[in-house]
Amino acid sequence: MNLYEYMGKEIFRKYGIPVPDGYVVESASGVKKFDKPVVIKSQILLGGRGKSGGIKFAKSQADLDSGVKELLGSKIRNLTVSKVLVEEMLDIKKEIYVSIALNRAERVPMVIASSSGGVEIESVPEDKIFKTLVDPLIGYSDYIGREATNFLKLEPAIAAQFRAILSNLYRVFEKEDCELVEINPLVITGSGKLVAADAKVVMDSDSMFRHKEISIVDTEKTPLELEAQGKGYSFVELDGNIGVIANGAGLTMATLDALTLHKGKPRNFLDLGGTDNVDTVVNAFELVMKADPKAILVNIFGGVTKCDTVANGIVAAKDRLKISKPIVVRLSGVHEDEGRAILKNDGIEAFSTMLPAIERVAQIAGGN
Amino acid sequence: MSVLVDKNTRVIVQGITGHQGSFHAGEMIKFGTKVVAGVSPGKGGSKFQSLDVYDTVAEAMKLSPNATMISVPAPYVKDAAFEAIDHGIKIVYILTEHVPFHDTMEIVHQARRKGITLIGPNGPGITSPFLCKIGIMPNQIFKEGDVAVASRSGTLTYEIVEAITRNGFGESTVIGLGGDPVVGLTFIDVLKMFEEDEKTKKIVLVGEIGGNNEERAAEYIKKHVSKKVVAYITGRSAPPGKRMGHAGAIIEKGVGTAESKIKAFNSAGVKVADYPWDIPGLLR
Repeated sequence: MNLYEYMGKEIFRKYGIPVPDGYVVESASGVKKFDKPVVIKSQILLGGRGKSGGIKFAKSQADLDSGVKELLGSKIRNLTVSKVLVEEMLDIKKEIYVSIALNRAERVPMVIASSSGGVEIESVPEDKIFKTLVDPLIGYSDYIGREATNFLKLEPAIAAQFRAILSNLYRVFEKEDCELVEINPLVITGSGKLVAADAKVVMDSDSMFRHKEISIVDTEKTPLELEAQGKGYSFVELDGNIGVIANGAGLTMATLDALTLHKGKPRNFLDLGGTDNVDTVVNAFELVMKADPKAILVNIFGGVTKCDTVANGIVAAKDRLKISKPIVVRLSGVHEDEGRAILKNDGIEAFSTMLPAIERVAQIAGGN
Repeated sequence: MSVLVDKNTRVIVQGITGHQGSFHAGEMIKFGTKVVAGVSPGKGGSKFQSLDVYDTVAEAMKLSPNATMISVPAPYVKDAAFEAIDHGIKIVYILTEHVPFHDTMEIVHQARRKGITLIGPNGPGITSPFLCKIGIMPNQIFKEGDVAVASRSGTLTYEIVEAITRNGFGESTVIGLGGDPVVGLTFIDVLKMFEEDEKTKKIVLVGEIGGNNEERAAEYIKKHVSKKVVAYITGRSAPPGKRMGHAGAIIEKGVGTAESKIKAFNSAGVKVADYPWDIPGLLR
């Protein structure tokens, strides 16, 4: 879960990481009296805001007022700007980089630092990047900071500030359950201070039960994906025309892959999960029907999820939601014969293996 | 011979009085697993079928368990896992989904220090037909045989195991690694075990988008695996940046694509099936 820059900076402030003076504005009336040059930054969850016109500079009250007015309510790549962050303009002498991220392969936090900041770290040559793994049970030790500042060849006064920031950044990573905390750029100012000019904080969405103070709507999700999330389904919208309901993330992905290889175009990913409840099936259909597919494919490998329950759910959904679109079903596993009999009774096509079901639905949706 | 578990494996179930815990404990017993006790804090003194339920793992240790299935809500998983690890239970399997990965990182490293094998979280467990099943795989899909399967997914594993069985093969051991970004076992860990296991002649790896577990496995196969390995990778049609159901199934900054994994396997001489149902054909 991606946090807005201003939220990340609030957390940084709480943990003693220096950030520029600033305030959040949600309407033109929130603009304060101009007293020094400022940056006005759109609060949206996208990289490359500057290039998209989402950042403005103001050297007068008039610049500030007009800049805030222009940005608030504007659209940047489909996202509406509802908040801007007004911050003191920094006197930038140099930009460096520091982050802590999950290293999936080693299953540990990894500290990354570079004296090349302000650009994507992926574009920096490997030999200019400091990387070190941290044992999660031991946590951060000061030697890591010394190794980092040696590598970056920072002058002593700056190095001391860097080590304090890195140590605090690790606390943010650990205590706030982060996947990534990134300061890019970390600015060395003309007066020799280190300041976090940006803040990228990505929290683990599975940890939210211990971070109830954070409330954020995931803007990377579509309205239908958010609705599905609220109802407890894993759901991803895609741009095809075949609605898909399957059970298990792996099997659902495999269903989309097989459809695609057969020139079928999936409209969505929906993992029904393990359920033995008719209403869970009906509610899944309700979501998929909102995506207006041309046909629907249900692919179930029964275990905990019983095939006859799914069949009853499909019949109930067809009836309650008055579905006239073609439904093609594959049922295999626990109570599959009963399930297919229930569907046959209701005139719904049901197969026992994946391939004919995939071929059939791809043909229906591709035809006409 | 089998991998990690056999007929001497004695299993406790932490969270045996919960909905999932009780259902799957019952299925494991039907499969033939020696489930020896249950643990549910606050429910000590009650019974599950003929088994005693204890408040703590410490009390259950008198039954000499050497494996546990943890099926407790995500916020309590770390505590339950540490409890099992600290009592020296050799195999710790976590069924629970949505465990914060910071908790899992600590569990992984604590288990490693104590020489304990962690399976999961968020996977279907381990099955060696018909010696032992710890987890939630359906009982009826297995046949004893020489094919070992390791997978990052649940239902898709059943689909593939069922196809293997239907086509006249059988399984030595099936392990679900789990769908989270941080899990206890990697493909390399299980490849080592499958290579050493006398019963296993052929290996099936079921990977998916996200991370580079498969790419690393391909490098390992080139150097260290003599047995036939075939694979299936799911998520080749998944858009970048979207989590496809599993927390770990996401293509981030170009890392973790299906193409990269398929290419890596191909370069290691591992045939990759286009469809799950093509796996038995590749095993011939």
